[in-house]
Amino acid sequence: MSGAPPLLAVDHLEVVFDTRHGPLRALDHVSLEISAGEILGVVGESGAGKSLTGTAIIGLLDPPGRIAGGEIRLNGQRIDNLPPEAMRKLRGKRIGAIFQDPLTSLHPMLTIGEQLIETIRTHLPLDAAAARARAIDLLTEVGIPAPEVRIDHHPHQFSGGMRQRVVIALALAGEPDLIVADEPTTALDVSIQAQITTLLKRICRERGAAVMLVTHDMGVIAETADRVAVMYAGRIIETGPVEAVTRAPRHPYTRGLMASIPSMRVREASLHQIDGAMPRLTAIPPGCAFNPRCLGASARCRVEKPMLEALPHAVACWHPVAGGPHG
Amino acid sequence: MLAFLVKRLLNAVGVMLAVAFLAFMIFRFVGDPVELMLNEQASQAQRDELRMRLGLDRSFFVQFGTFVFNAMRGDFGISYRNQQEVFTLIVERFPATFELVLVATFLSLAIGIPLGVYSAIRRESLGAQAIQFISVLGVSLPSFALGILFILLFSVTLQWLPAFGRGETVALGWWTTGLLTPSGRLALILPGLTLSLFQITLVMRLVRAEMLETMRTEFIRFARARGLPDGSIHFRHALRNCLMPVITVTGLQIGNLIAFALVTETVFQWPGMGLLFVQAVTFVDIPVMAAYLIIVSFIFVTLNTLVDLTYALVDPRLRQDALAGGAHGR
Ligand SMILES: Nc1ncnc2c1ncn2[C@@H]1O[C@H](COP(=O)(O)OP(=O)(O)O)[C@@H](O)[C@H]1O
Ligand SMILES: [Mg+2]
Repeated sequence: MSGAPPLLAVDHLEVVFDTRHGPLRALDHVSLEISAGEILGVVGESGAGKSLTGTAIIGLLDPPGRIAGGEIRLNGQRIDNLPPEAMRKLRGKRIGAIFQDPLTSLHPMLTIGEQLIETIRTHLPLDAAAARARAIDLLTEVGIPAPEVRIDHHPHQFSGGMRQRVVIALALAGEPDLIVADEPTTALDVSIQAQITTLLKRICRERGAAVMLVTHDMGVIAETADRVAVMYAGRIIETGPVEAVTRAPRHPYTRGLMASIPSMRVREASLHQIDGAMPRLTAIPPGCAFNPRCLGASARCRVEKPMLEALPHAVACWHPVAGGPHG
Repeated sequence: MLAFLVKRLLNAVGVMLAVAFLAFMIFRFVGDPVELMLNEQASQAQRDELRMRLGLDRSFFVQFGTFVFNAMRGDFGISYRNQQEVFTLIVERFPATFELVLVATFLSLAIGIPLGVYSAIRRESLGAQAIQFISVLGVSLPSFALGILFILLFSVTLQWLPAFGRGETVALGWWTTGLLTPSGRLALILPGLTLSLFQITLVMRLVRAEMLETMRTEFIRFARARGLPDGSIHFRHALRNCLMPVITVTGLQIGNLIAFALVTETVFQWPGMGLLFVQAVTFVDIPVMAAYLIIVSFIFVTLNTLVDLTYALVDPRLRQDALAGGAHGR
């Protein structure tokens, strides 16, 4: 944690939606760091703010959403307040993005070659022939068979899994150091999900690129990520190395999430499932947002908001579970 | 697909028969053709003789059948007014109307598409608001009023453009064109603009709506996430996705433009089919009126059917369904 700044540092990020009834705070003091070559898993129930964090990092937050506080730094340089044109040049070049649904991520009327070559030439000084050669290399890298032929095909001629590989190739086109992958396997067949996560992992290793892997599936995180950040109602409530968090979750919510991993469910048979649902943005309870669903909530939890500790394995909870495997 | 084709064709035939029936009724019952064709001193024998020669003594259904059969061969009889074959009269006038419609279509795309894109991507800007406002004006102002305003401004006051006629034309076989002479091109501007004004606003609002929808799609979001420049995102990626409905609507509107050209042609004394029809009405020249009705309807129905069929053929959803087994995107 010393010396050179991390590749990506998000510092007390606040995102607000301006509505007719006043501002709604969707992200509340979100802080996270990713080093080069590292995979950070971001996990949490739907609506926790995972996609929003990724969207803010790639600078695609559209009104009425806006960054209301905090900083985002890439290699120590602030990027959250860059002018639009500077931010555009950075997108795709230094930060790549992968979205959830490969069926809708690609332009249906352009060949994948046209989409790849345009992206490559936007960021790299290559002529058309060299860009095409590079596009074929990228398709090979992501495991598309017969790339010299497939490059001239339209998206609808590919299966879902193959399309997600094309999306990954597009995200890599500008040689980014960081890839924000928002639920890259959620829309895919279960049998293909593992292939895509393996591919992401391999790319991260071979290229030394960092990945922010957003998912609501703790199992994917356990298999893929180096570190994990658990989000709940717009906040990070626990973060740390993936073995530490999965082996000894300290936040009651994280413990509940563990029950969703099939391989761990056997051992967790005694653990209760979390009842209730995450609060809507308009109805976030005072104190710890999790308190209405927490069996160990005290009077303090209903009044005072716990802050995330500054530790390698940190938790934001007044009554964290004591160390050791599952308390 | 075949069932769709057959259904669509039957539909078209049905509409044409209905129109033919209407035209026939006008022909048969608006004024007595015998009275119109003979002078007042004609004897009863002469009348009966003509009535028989015209087949008016036969049963209603036989008469209608003959009418339809003749119409299919392009035989609409003789104009009462100038004793020429009606079909020849109309065919002579067709190029003038068609060129006017072509110019209006071109203008509507050339002006409507950029305005639509602009008002979609700069939605909040003053310019976009102004365009919206003017487009409402454009829709509510009748085209003859606009044509007269144009004539007052550009022909009478500024004297830049001719107020009536086609200018000099060049004959290419049976076709006559004003596009090859300077005066012919100048003469096309005002009527073309007048006829296209409604269409411009139509294209513009369509492009705007389609663009707004496309800009919200995931593939545009992903294109932005890859850092592609705005120009490419708007025109190469988003607009491409909007052109399909624009082409469809433009194709369908050609029939409408031919019909509405009637007003524009009257204002600018443009020697097209519409003007012919208006003159025919003032002289109660029923064969010309009936023929115009049938020919314009035929163009209309043919275009509609063709557009429908092409659309079914190239609809990406149909294609993608067949190939990938999933319905998505547009
Ligand atoms: N355009 C918007 N307007 C208002 N609220 C929004 C908007 N987009 C997202 N939100 C809210 O922000 C919160 C976080 O959303 P998101 O980041 O998409 O969650 P997830 O963790 O499932 O990816 C949700 O409560 C969602 O309702
Ligand atoms: Mg999400």
